[in-house]
Amino acid sequence: MATATNRMLGHLGDSVERLEDPPLVTGKGRFVGDINFPDQLHMRIVRSAHAHGTIKSIDTSAAEAFPGVIAVWTNADIDDVPPIDFREGSDPTLALFRQYPLARELVRYVGDPVAAVFAEDPYTAEDAAELVILNIDPLPILINADETPQDFMGKATTEAAVVEQGYGDIETTFANAHKIVEIDVKVSRHTGVPMECRGAIGRYDEARDVLEMYGAAKVPHRNRDTLCRMLNRPASGMHLFEGHTGGGFGIRGELYPEDVLVCVAAIRLGRPVKWIEDRQEHLMAANHSRQQRHIIRAAVAEDGEIVGLDDELYLDQGGYIRTHGTRVANMTTGTLPGPYRFPVYRSVCHFRLTNKTPAATYRSPGRCESTFVRERLMDAVAVAMDMDPIAVRRRNLISLEEMPYGRALDVLGDSVEHDPGDYAGLLDQGLAQIGWEDLQKQLEERRANGEMVGSGISMFFEKSGLGPSDGAKIFIDNTGCIEVVTGGASIGQGFETAMAQIAAEDLGTDYRRIRVVHGQTNRIDYGVGAHASRATVLTGTAVSLTAQAVRAKALDMAAELMQTTAESLTITDGAVHSKNNPTGPSLTLGEIAEALLPTSKIRGDREPYLKGEEWFHIDHQTYPYGHHIAVVKVDPDTGGVEIEKYFIAYDIGRSINPMMIEGQLVGGLAQGVGGALFEEFTYTEAGDPQAVTFADYLMPTLQETPEPEILLTEDFPSIRTPLGIKGAGEAGITGAAGAIASAIDNAIGIPGAVTETPVSPQRLKKILREHGK
Amino acid sequence: MSKKKDITLNINGRDHNLSVDPRWTLADTIRDHCGQTGTHLGCEHGVCGACTVLVDDSPVRSCLMFGIQADGKKIRTVEGLANGSEYHPLQKAFMENHALQCGYCTPGFLMLATGVLEAQPDISDDELNDVLSSNLCRCTGYANIIKAVRAAREEMRKTS
Repeated sequence: MATATNRMLGHLGDSVERLEDPPLVTGKGRFVGDINFPDQLHMRIVRSAHAHGTIKSIDTSAAEAFPGVIAVWTNADIDDVPPIDFREGSDPTLALFRQYPLARELVRYVGDPVAAVFAEDPYTAEDAAELVILNIDPLPILINADETPQDFMGKATTEAAVVEQGYGDIETTFANAHKIVEIDVKVSRHTGVPMECRGAIGRYDEARDVLEMYGAAKVPHRNRDTLCRMLNRPASGMHLFEGHTGGGFGIRGELYPEDVLVCVAAIRLGRPVKWIEDRQEHLMAANHSRQQRHIIRAAVAEDGEIVGLDDELYLDQGGYIRTHGTRVANMTTGTLPGPYRFPVYRSVCHFRLTNKTPAATYRSPGRCESTFVRERLMDAVAVAMDMDPIAVRRRNLISLEEMPYGRALDVLGDSVEHDPGDYAGLLDQGLAQIGWEDLQKQLEERRANGEMVGSGISMFFEKSGLGPSDGAKIFIDNTGCIEVVTGGASIGQGFETAMAQIAAEDLGTDYRRIRVVHGQTNRIDYGVGAHASRATVLTGTAVSLTAQAVRAKALDMAAELMQTTAESLTITDGAVHSKNNPTGPSLTLGEIAEALLPTSKIRGDREPYLKGEEWFHIDHQTYPYGHHIAVVKVDPDTGGVEIEKYFIAYDIGRSINPMMIEGQLVGGLAQGVGGALFEEFTYTEAGDPQAVTFADYLMPTLQETPEPEILLTEDFPSIRTPLGIKGAGEAGITGAAGAIASAIDNAIGIPGAVTETPVSPQRLKKILREHGK
Repeated sequence: MSKKKDITLNINGRDHNLSVDPRWTLADTIRDHCGQTGTHLGCEHGVCGACTVLVDDSPVRSCLMFGIQADGKKIRTVEGLANGSEYHPLQKAFMENHALQCGYCTPGFLMLATGVLEAQPDISDDELNDVLSSNLCRCTGYANIIKAVRAAREEMRKTS
C-alpha cells in the first residue's frame, strides 16, 4: 500500500479528471457507427407490424430485385441458427420461450425481426426493406400480464415461470396480525434509452478462420461465449471488440438478434456487415423493462412492527425471454424486503409473456421496482397505524448490531447477507443535513396558504459486486509504459479512470501514465464486463491485487540492482528510490522492466518481464445502502409536478473518485425522475406501440431534472473486499420513484394517492378530480 | 434514385467537393462522406440535439437538414472546436466539471453552447437553461453540463 510520502495526483479518493474525456470532447471517439471496413454491406431489419400471428409467407422477391441489394434473409435462410441463448448458460425450463434471430413460425410483438436486407449502402437497404411483404394469420393479442395467460405454441402457457421466494410462516403470521395493510401498485414499462442507438459490425477473416464483432458492450466475454455456443465456434476463433459506448444502463450490450445476424452474415456473405439501429427501432426492439403489478400486504403489530410481508406480483416479460432468463424476477423477489427486518416474508412472481417488446434489466433491476412498492407500503402502514412515516421505517430497520444480516433469499445465485451498515444512523445524518423538522414546518405553512407542496422519503439497500471472480493483467514495458488489461467494460461510467487510479496507488505513478484495456476478448480470456455495479468492486480489486504483485516484483529487482532490501524502497512518480532518500539514486520502472527482459543477464532466475496477473474471488455481493428525500410542488391546474429539492444519502464504503460517484448518483436520479414522472411505453389493444419517437417517449430535459444535494459517506467499508469498495452505479435511481410518489401524496393531501408510475399530468389530474381537488 | 448533384461543403475551414444524393441528410454527409464522425446521431427526428452543428454560426440539427442545403455554407463541427492542441474553453470546462460520461451527446451540447455563447456572451442563467434544455443527455443529469457552460461563459467573456 502506498505511503504518505509518495502520494500524488490520481490515487484512491481523488476527484481527478477522467482519462476518457479528451477524445470525447474533440470528436475523436470511436463509437460503432464511426467504424467502417472496406467492402462492407449494410443490414436493415424488416420488423413485424403485427403484435401476434402465425407467419403464412414472406415475399422478398421485390426487395431482392432492388438494385444494390445483395441478399434478403428470412428464418428459412438461417434455419440452422438456434434461438438466442441465456447469458448464464442453458435453461431447459425456459428454452421454449427464446427468440430466434429472425422469427420462425410466429411473430410475437410489433418490432419482431422477420427479415434482414443486405445492401451496398444503408439508404438502399432501408428502401428495399419496405418492399418485403409479410403475410400473417392473426392470433389473439395479450397486452396485460395480469390477465389470464394464453397458450404458447400448444406446448405451454404464457406464464413461463413462477418465481417464489420467502421464509417463515405467512398464514399464521397474518392470521394473528393486529392489522393487515394491503396495496395494489404498478410500475410502468420504461427503459434505459441510451443516447447512442445500438450497432454491430460482423467481420470474418476466412484466412485465419476468425469471426469478429464490433460494437460489443456491457458483457463482451459472456456474449463471446454465447455466440461460440450458438455458432459452434471455439473462443480462439471468435472475438468481440468494444469501442466507445454511448450509454449502457443495463439494456445495451446484451446479445440481441441483430448481433447474431451480422456475425452469421459476415461468414455466409463473405463481406463485413454493418448494422446501425435507428431510434424508432430502438424504442420497439431493444429491451424494455420494469413493468410489474404488485398486490402486497403487511401484517402489522400494535407498535408498528411489520411482522410479515406477503407479495404477489405480475411481471410483464413481453414477447420472448431474452438473455437474462428470469433474473429480474429473482432480483425483485430477492431484494423486496430492502433495509427492513420483516421476520416473515413471501413473494410470488408470475413471470408472464405478453405481445410487447421483450423486457430485461434496466439500471437497478428488481430493486427499483421493489423499492417503489415497499416504500409505498411503508407509507400506507404509517397511515393505517397513524404513525409518522419516518417512525414506521425506524421501527423496522435492521440495526447495526444485527449485521452482517443474512436472509434465506437468493439474489443471482448468492444468498443475501447484508454488509455491516448503520441504516438508522445514516437516516439521522440525512434528516439532520436536510433539516427535516424545519422543512416539515415550512411545508405545512405553505400548504396552509393553499400551495400543494410536500415531502417524501424512500429507503433502500443496493447490491453490487456480483461474483464469483475476476482477474487482471498488468504489463510494464522498458519505456515505462503501464498497461492494465481487464475483462471489464466501459459504458461511459469512467471505468478507465477508476482502474488507473487503483493501479496508480500501488505502482506509485501518476494515473495518467496508465493505459487501461477493456472489452477486448482477444486480450484477456475472462471478463465480467460492466453490469450489476460490479466493475469497480470486482475488476478494481483484481487490478489492485495485480498492481501489488507487480510492485513487489519491481522492488525485488530494484533491490538487487541498488544493493539494498526491497523493504527499504518505494516508488514515486514511476521511479524506485530509498524511502529515506526521495531525491537520491533511483531506477525508473522502465529501467527495471529492461532488467527483467527474457534476454537480460541480471534477471537471474526471476520470471521474465515486469508483469503480473492476479485474481479476486468474492463469496457474497456487497450491499451498499441509502435513502432519497424529495420535496415537490404540484400544479393543480396542469397536473404538473415540480421537484423543488432533492436529497440523496449513500454509503459507498470507500470512494475511488468521489466526482465520478456523484456523477453516477445525479445521472441515475435523472433517469429515476423520468420513470417516476414521464417515461412510459404504452400500447393499443391491438398491440401497437405508441411511444416509438422522442416526441412520445418523454425523457427529462435539464428543466425537469433537479440537482440533488448528496451526502456520500464512507462509514462502512465493505467487509467483502480488501479496499472496502461498494458499487455506485445504481443508487441514484433506486429510491427515486418511491420518494417522489410519497412527496406527491403529501403535497396533495391524499395518502396513498399514487399507485402507479409515471405520475403523468393526466394521471395526477385524474387523481385530483376524483378527490374533488 | 434521384440524380446526384455537385456541392461544396466547407467544414471547419476546409472545402469538401462532393457529389451528393439530394436526400442525404447533412449529418450523414458530414459523417459518411467527409469523414468527420464527431457529429453523432441520437434520434434522427430533431429532438435530442446530439447532431447539432453550426451552420453559418447558428446551431442546427444536422439530421433535419439535407447536405445539399448546406452547399456553400460555413459548417463548424466539434472537430474544429480546439485551436490546434489548445482546447476551447467549453471543452476544458466540460472536462473540469465532469459534464460528460459516455460522451455521445457531448459534441451536440458543445456546438449548441458554442453558438449561443458566441452570439450572446452575456446570456443570463435562465436563458441559458432554456437553450440547453433543447438537447438530451441520459448520463449526467445535466447539473454538471450547466456548471460547465456557465464556467465557459465566464472564461469566454474574459478572452473576448
